[in-house]
Amino acid sequence: MNRIDRLFQSGKKDILSIFFTAGFPHLNDTVEIIKTLDKKGVDLIEIGVPFSDPMADGPVIQHSNQVALANGMSQKVLIEQLKNIRKETDIPLIFMGYINPTLQYGFENLCKKAVEIGIDGFIIPDIPLDVYQKEYAEIIKKYDLRFILLVTPETPEERVRLIDEVSSGFVYMVSSASTTGAQQNFNETKQAYFKKIENMNLKNPTLVGFGVSNKETFDAAAAHSRGCIIGSAFVRALEDNPTIEAAAESLISKVRGK
Amino acid sequence: MSKYGIDENGYYGRFGGAYVPEILQKNITELKANYLKIMNDPTFKAELNQLLHDYVGRPTPLYYAKRMSEKYGCKLYLKREDLCHTGAHKLNNALGQLLLAKRMGKTRIVAETGAGQHGVGTATVCALMNMECVVYMGATDVKRQYLNVQRMRMLGAKVVPVTTGNATLKDATNEAIRDWCCNPANTHYIIGSVVGPDPFPDMVARFQSVISEEIKKQLKAQEGRENPDYLIACVGGGSNAAGTFFHYIEDESVKLYAAEAAGEGLEDPTKSAATIHLGREGVLHGSRTLIMMDDDGQITEAFSISAGLDYPGIGPMHAFLADKGRSKVFAVTDEEAMAAALELTKTEGIIPAIESAHALAVLPKCKFKKDDVVVLTVSGRGDKDMNTYADHFHLGE
Repeated sequence: MNRIDRLFQSGKKDILSIFFTAGFPHLNDTVEIIKTLDKKGVDLIEIGVPFSDPMADGPVIQHSNQVALANGMSQKVLIEQLKNIRKETDIPLIFMGYINPTLQYGFENLCKKAVEIGIDGFIIPDIPLDVYQKEYAEIIKKYDLRFILLVTPETPEERVRLIDEVSSGFVYMVSSASTTGAQQNFNETKQAYFKKIENMNLKNPTLVGFGVSNKETFDAAAAHSRGCIIGSAFVRALEDNPTIEAAAESLISKVRGK
Repeated sequence: MSKYGIDENGYYGRFGGAYVPEILQKNITELKANYLKIMNDPTFKAELNQLLHDYVGRPTPLYYAKRMSEKYGCKLYLKREDLCHTGAHKLNNALGQLLLAKRMGKTRIVAETGAGQHGVGTATVCALMNMECVVYMGATDVKRQYLNVQRMRMLGAKVVPVTTGNATLKDATNEAIRDWCCNPANTHYIIGSVVGPDPFPDMVARFQSVISEEIKKQLKAQEGRENPDYLIACVGGGSNAAGTFFHYIEDESVKLYAAEAAGEGLEDPTKSAATIHLGREGVLHGSRTLIMMDDDGQITEAFSISAGLDYPGIGPMHAFLADKGRSKVFAVTDEEAMAAALELTKTEGIIPAIESAHALAVLPKCKFKKDDVVVLTVSGRGDKDMNTYADHFHLGE
């Protein structure tokens, strides 16, 4: 069974998904970061495939992309680093990147490689719904991968339904009109939006991302979804802590509140 | 359907489309549903045309360049966009988009700028219409084009230096898009060229199409015919070329020549901005087009002496016209452009922008017949480039 499906079907609540940028802070940290997060009880990992022009990302992830590329990270290098990852861990893994590098590697080629090394799905925020349906949905199906689409507070209700119909694995609920990065709190407007989506009873489970960085934001979002995705706060922790282990511990204790 | 126009899905052939994050889908959908309706509304047209006439200073002259004509053995007309208010064709689009944004109920404007001409144009119309204006500009360009930064500030715009990536135009564009993602409800993004997600390329081309609309009338009056044999314009993103070609695109008897910036030449891609010659197909800033990038799909920096042409992408319309063989694209080096700028200055007393000088540098590469009518668009004036010219030509203290 696809590992993403397995996670959600297990009935687990308060799912914690962590994003990191491959190649940051050091080129060869990828495998150790994955193993550490797995060991610390994280449920799902999103591996950021760096891009020179990440237009949906805030300053922290932009910076990590730049450093990763300067360190020599590329899709080829990343796939090579991960070729034995399934001997190390069974945690669900997702590639999160942008369309341009994906196209240069070749969408189908990348899917083929993903299956070979044990990646479970993709998030590519600049592939919109209609393009995905027309050009890529068939390929994703052929390789039995998951393709996670995003909904935002600006997405009208009928379109949320359509996205839910087409998305697989889960639906990524963007917390607010923003790029990635920490926010102080999730106010009533945001919570009303989480609640609205929750009450739509989508066929896919949802995870909330963008702006989740501590227990307060995690709990507010997880109350109306299956859990949260944390990116910028972990990328910053990797910079601020001496080791990967210390970064993971500090982030997880901040979020889980223990 | 037209042979070279945009299709109902926002594509020119396989180029174009709208590759934007979900947060912008609503804005893009609204814009797409409304831009033609608004642009065709008679009250909108009247408001725009009056301001183009009284404020921008249109129609701009179509000037018969006698001495240059003798030199190149043709009848050369210059379309004088350099005489627009603020010094370039950019104002045509900034004004049009601002009026459109107002009709869509937007209260805040963001824009990107490279050389600063589009930023100045946007800041100008925002001052005119009392709208909040934020201009993103690469930190490198802020230093290179300081005079334009001060113009924008005096006009009341907030200029935000962008330090991410290479700190130039493509990074300023990313930052403007990010701002739009964070403020989708009240903000309109005035893109400066025929780039970005659908419907921007078509909308900007239509606002710039006033250039070819005027050429038709002026040429009819001066030459007794609406159609020239050749149209020549420079392309960075490609907005002045789009405007110059617009009403002639379907008429294949008119040859369309585009000049892209080759920097130091085509041999070393890191020293060039010749995207159509050197680029590959990909997606940048929401549009599928030709792009300068490495094997992994990372966008590379474009290089040109002209800050207005060093964009690593190209409007999807120009990728398509070149692909179909409808336009012929010349790669013009820095040296050729600088020589052409000096030549126009000395023969006609017109100091062009370095961008426009790239179009002029196409002339010596052509074989014209004596009666050939050639219309070349001088997209902007050279005031902003005086430091570069002074250094290059050793103009002295």
